Amino acid sequence: MKTLIKNGHVIDPGNSTNRICDILIQDGRILEIGDSLELINGDLINAEGKYVLPGMVDAHCHLRDPGYEYKEDIESGTKSAALGGFTSIACMPNTNPPIDSESTVNYVLGKACQEGYVNVYPIGAITKGLKGEELAEIGELKFAGAVGISDDGNPVSNSGLMKKALQYADMFDITVISHSEDKDLAEDGVMNEGFQSTIMGLKGIPSVAESTAIARDILLAEYTGTPIHIAHVSTKESVQIIREAKQRGVKVTAETCPHYFSITESACEGFNTNAKVNPPLRADKDVKAVIEGLKDGTIDIIATDHAPHHIDEKNIEFQLAANGMVGFETAFSLAVTYLLEPGHLTMIDIAEKMSLNPSAILGLNKGKLEPGKNADITIVDKDEEFIFNASSVKSKGKNSPFDGFKLKGRIYYTIVSGKVIVREKLFNR
Amino acid sequence: MKLKSKHILGLRDMPVEDINYILDTAKTMKMVLKSPNKKTPHLQGKSIVTLFYENSTRTRVSFELAAKYMSASSANVSSSGSSVAKGETLIDTAVTINMMGADIVILRHPMAGSSHLLSKNINASVINAGDGMNEHPTQALLDMFTIIEKKGCVKGLKVAIIGDILHSRVARSNIWGLTRLGAEVNVAGPATLLPKELCKTGVKVFSTIHEAILDVDVIIALRIQTERQKSGLFPTIREYARFFSLDEKRLKFASNDVMIMHPGPVNRGIELSSSVIDTNQSFIDRQVENGVAIRMALLYLLTRREKNENTN
Repeated sequence: MKTLIKNGHVIDPGNSTNRICDILIQDGRILEIGDSLELINGDLINAEGKYVLPGMVDAHCHLRDPGYEYKEDIESGTKSAALGGFTSIACMPNTNPPIDSESTVNYVLGKACQEGYVNVYPIGAITKGLKGEELAEIGELKFAGAVGISDDGNPVSNSGLMKKALQYADMFDITVISHSEDKDLAEDGVMNEGFQSTIMGLKGIPSVAESTAIARDILLAEYTGTPIHIAHVSTKESVQIIREAKQRGVKVTAETCPHYFSITESACEGFNTNAKVNPPLRADKDVKAVIEGLKDGTIDIIATDHAPHHIDEKNIEFQLAANGMVGFETAFSLAVTYLLEPGHLTMIDIAEKMSLNPSAILGLNKGKLEPGKNADITIVDKDEEFIFNASSVKSKGKNSPFDGFKLKGRIYYTIVSGKVIVREKLFNR
Repeated sequence: MKLKSKHILGLRDMPVEDINYILDTAKTMKMVLKSPNKKTPHLQGKSIVTLFYENSTRTRVSFELAAKYMSASSANVSSSGSSVAKGETLIDTAVTINMMGADIVILRHPMAGSSHLLSKNINASVINAGDGMNEHPTQALLDMFTIIEKKGCVKGLKVAIIGDILHSRVARSNIWGLTRLGAEVNVAGPATLLPKELCKTGVKVFSTIHEAILDVDVIIALRIQTERQKSGLFPTIREYARFFSLDEKRLKFASNDVMIMHPGPVNRGIELSSSVIDTNQSFIDRQVENGVAIRMALLYLLTRREKNENTN
């Protein structure tokens, strides 16, 4: 079975490709990339006027399976990911039970194999039960297939334990992903501490709850010599600290999420629980700093932090509402609307930050278009505008603060190992 | 004329015409309240339900009496002794009450935005009787009514709000109401009890009580809650009183005919010295009295609004 992607504008930063050409796929792998390729018998995809990217990789999402299947499961989550153009996703371990043992890793991988539409890579826990008390069996997690470790949702508050985690993880060459948050500073805050929290009478989370924790984790990484990846960077000071660390040669990488470069704390107005997320949406100066960080390479990747929740966990008091928002199906459009359109990033930068870099940070053999590689490809139209309707997403969670937003840039095809999962914007399975 | 607002959620978003209309109507209600026979038929056939998730004496009783003076049917639900204690959600409880025919639901709740949430989920009008640290609009309305009774108007007055601004819904509602009606508002309190970027609301923020009350026409002292001390926001109640208590000596910094107000209940000797509470410049009792008038005005205007809607 052959598939030919014809006349698309191929962007492959890993191979410095940026031109109109064709890609021929055979038996799930890329056979050839070149000009005027011919297809006698097979599936012809006309990509004229569209961009052809290495399949997008999400380094940070929540699939809620096992344990919270009422929010999301691997089938619904990977369907949503495919519609968002992602061919590979790394899911966080805050499931029930948490992904802190070989058996849970095997469960996720097995279920993804049976029901998943895209490649799923579990991220294991740093500590047993995500409790922040004792190290999880990190070696076992790695050999079972975990691509990173994180206690995401919770920080590892004990600095001594975090130091040991970094030292120990380095032995297995597994990426340590830090949810950096000082709980003593965050207390029981529910949104950014600033003007908006003042006028709404809600308890604030100060920006320093994030930046001081990032500073700690960077210093620990520098001391131990272990690389560290900083999850969901949201504040101006955080960007500055990471920038300085990179300048002096610390092995640190960083991610941000679409909601941190597109909207501010004012999205919480009217007690909109769909804008409740941790770290919280910040102020205008932070959004500007995050964009600067993306531009100058301080922030390496854009991850979704896709966090689906049930309506009953959102249509309640703001203080009680769950943190997080769905993100797969808006990530690319938000990047186009808020980064590409205003000229902050190019399509090459977007391909780097949403495919090449996340793949490299997690050590996946993805993010590039080369003969012999699995044919994971995303085809997009950067100019198409649409009104985003949150109720239309295929995730079980409809909790998006972007409902009704006019966005630009759409996913036309998502191809995973040669299988066309999304065809002409529609799910194809 | 009728009220624009269907719900009374807060003074931040309430149209100024509505604020003035409520304050005007309360004047008439006060006359009713002062008459020997405190009964009017205006709310006959209307049902008012108070839904209180926090303790309250003045707010709850004044709403209840306001409803009864105007011949409404009223019922009270409190978090203990109801399905709330069985874990029913706020929306489910409120929908249940709504289905029993409530025209107005009055909600007090420990979390900001709870009244907004109700207003989106039930048909009845919702009055916010205090939502977490966010707003307590009926308190601010009765405060402004009390000020107008004495001073004639709010515009051009200087008002100081002293104490725990961070946790105070009374402070927030007063800041919105007073600044929107043209008063100058000063605030002072321990730095740990002042919310971030407060000055952007249009108030002047001071670190000493002397500066904040200098030449002001009105001082509103806020209740200090002892549990705030335990969470480390200030060292001791004693030290709080030393720097922020209003006593006769400090009172001299304010204008001669300054009004002293407090939403109650007062911690004597902490927010205000007993001697200050018992002067004729203290309007604390008047505030309580006017609270009934304001709440009568609100119930009347909200139900009248519905009638107009139906006939339109």
